[in-house]
Amino acid sequence: MSKTPSFREQIERSGVSRRDFLRFCSYAAALIGLDAAGIPKVVQAFEKKPRPPAIWLHFQECTCCSESFIRSSHPIVADIILNQISLDYTQTLQAPAGEAAEKSKTDTMKNYYGKYVLLVEGAVPMKDDGVYCTIGGRSAIDILKEAAEGAALIIAWGSCASNGCIQAANPNPTKATPVHEILDKPVINVPGCPPIADVMSAVITHFLVFGRLPELDGQGRPKEFYSRRVHDTCYRRPYYDAGLFVESFDDEKARKGYCLYKMGCRGPVTYNACAVTKWNAGTSYPIQSGHGCLGCSENNFWDNGPFYRHLASFPGFGIETTADTIGTVVGVGALAGVAAHAITTNIRKRKLINKHIEESANNEKNKGEGE
Amino acid sequence: MAVKNAVYRRVYVWEFPVRLYHWVNAICVALLIVTGYLIGKPIAIEYGNEAYQQYWFGTVRFIHFVSAFIFFFNFLVRIYWGFVGNTYARWQNFIPWKKSQWHEIKEILKVDILQRDVGERISIGHNSLAGLVYFLTFLVFLFQAFTGFALYSSMSSSFFPQLFSWVVPFMGGDFAVRQWHHMFMWFFIVFAIIHVYLVFYHDYVEGRGTTSSMVGGWKFEREEDL
Ligand code: HEM
Ligand code: SF4
Repeated sequence: MSKTPSFREQIERSGVSRRDFLRFCSYAAALIGLDAAGIPKVVQAFEKKPRPPAIWLHFQECTCCSESFIRSSHPIVADIILNQISLDYTQTLQAPAGEAAEKSKTDTMKNYYGKYVLLVEGAVPMKDDGVYCTIGGRSAIDILKEAAEGAALIIAWGSCASNGCIQAANPNPTKATPVHEILDKPVINVPGCPPIADVMSAVITHFLVFGRLPELDGQGRPKEFYSRRVHDTCYRRPYYDAGLFVESFDDEKARKGYCLYKMGCRGPVTYNACAVTKWNAGTSYPIQSGHGCLGCSENNFWDNGPFYRHLASFPGFGIETTADTIGTVVGVGALAGVAAHAITTNIRKRKLINKHIEESANNEKNKGEGE
Repeated sequence: MAVKNAVYRRVYVWEFPVRLYHWVNAICVALLIVTGYLIGKPIAIEYGNEAYQQYWFGTVRFIHFVSAFIFFFNFLVRIYWGFVGNTYARWQNFIPWKKSQWHEIKEILKVDILQRDVGERISIGHNSLAGLVYFLTFLVFLFQAFTGFALYSSMSSSFFPQLFSWVVPFMGGDFAVRQWHHMFMWFFIVFAIIHVYLVFYHDYVEGRGTTSSMVGGWKFEREEDL
């Protein structure tokens, strides 16, 4: 009986040299925060550990998370990870279709109960029994609950799965709901529209190397990548502190690369690693190309518009009205109110004031009379 | 017919800690409003300098944060004083839990809004309506401090601001927290306008030294009301 090839043999066969493989491993180690001494651990994990089977579900989404993932910066990152987990089911990449595809999923769930990794891309519509997203005749809710039951690890890819993203934007017609609100099991949220490819690889690498979840924050996001705001690591930050701001996209200040805060940049309220890892093999990120951050990894970012203004529009008052507009109206109203009040006081209370004045004059008189 | 002259006695209503609290609070709130407004809408200054030559926005934020800490701890001291201070400083003045307080609220509303003459004796400390409004204001202080320190918690790893980091997910993210924090700035502005006016107004119609009481601590009461 022929032995199945080791992972190393397998990747060498697919044209990746040992050197490239080791380079990838050091890169992966750095991403998950290990120092040089940790590299052998990563190498070992990728060479020897059993490949966990994975199921990747797609619900209400645009597939940008998958697209991002397969564009990981190191050309072999996604490759290796996709090889390293055995991706038994993913609608957008798998070869089989129809019943054959569904069968490979049910087989994985049965044979690897308690051991497989569940990756979810997309939100789940909860309204009207979930009819707004069905696959193979079954609703997304059903499919998710069934797959989650035996999963060893559940990752919610992207903003749709972690916070609802555009499907859940007001008025959320299908009641699109993030994964962690549906399941009672721990879920790793990797928000972003899409999430950064290297962050996605790193989350999986962390699990493969250590066999457990990375450290998560209060919102279920890996702390390694979501504990700092884009603003905290942004290279335009010195302009912010100096108070040098772009005032319009075509001014001299934009050309000089000043801070985009006044153009509605959401960097100060957005937790993500864009300014550190950047995108497309470290080429750039939105702010570097002159556009403010949209806050795509934050809850409700679609409803926090308009994007090109610092303050959101005030609910119920139309798009141009901010808290400052309302505040100014109320403030001026209050000033006008007290001014009017002061005038009417002097008219209406003339009698009272006169009485007080008379009283006071009496005092003077009494004093004059030697009391 | 000669008007009957009232004899007034002076009463020490606002003890020193209360007066100190009041003015520290006023200065902090003024600074917080000005710096907060600038943080929300920085003015465009002209640009001879490079970024490393100036730090004005950083300084504005620094003033905001320093005033914020003073504002908050000053407020805690006032709460403490609400339990140990004199009758006029006590917490009971701020919550209308007695029928007589509700009665006075109605009377004051008549005096303030319908501009009726002062009929009955008005409490010499806070009148009941003022007390109730200050109570609501204290709640807004807390709201502003909670949202402010929640925003601050992502800029600082020290112990104190971290106590408020839970507010962020609770309110649905930093953006929402910032919006609410910004919106409530207007409460402080409108409050300040009306508060200062009403102090002057009551000074005028009551004639008992309302305005100066927050400086010297004294108000005046008719002898027969003592
Ligand atoms: C009278 C009370 C206060 C007022 C009127 C006030 C007002 C404001 C305003 C208008 C903003 C700008 C929001 C925006 O549009 O981005 C702001 C920002 C901020 N405030 Fe306050 N604030 C007050 C108290 C506090 C307190 C007690 C804290 C506690 C630390 C605080 C911390 C902050 C922080 C951290 C920011 C964000 C600054 C930045 O990101 O640069 N504020 N404040
Ligand atoms: S461009 Fe945006 S993220 Fe960068 S410093 Fe300015 S406000 Fe912060």
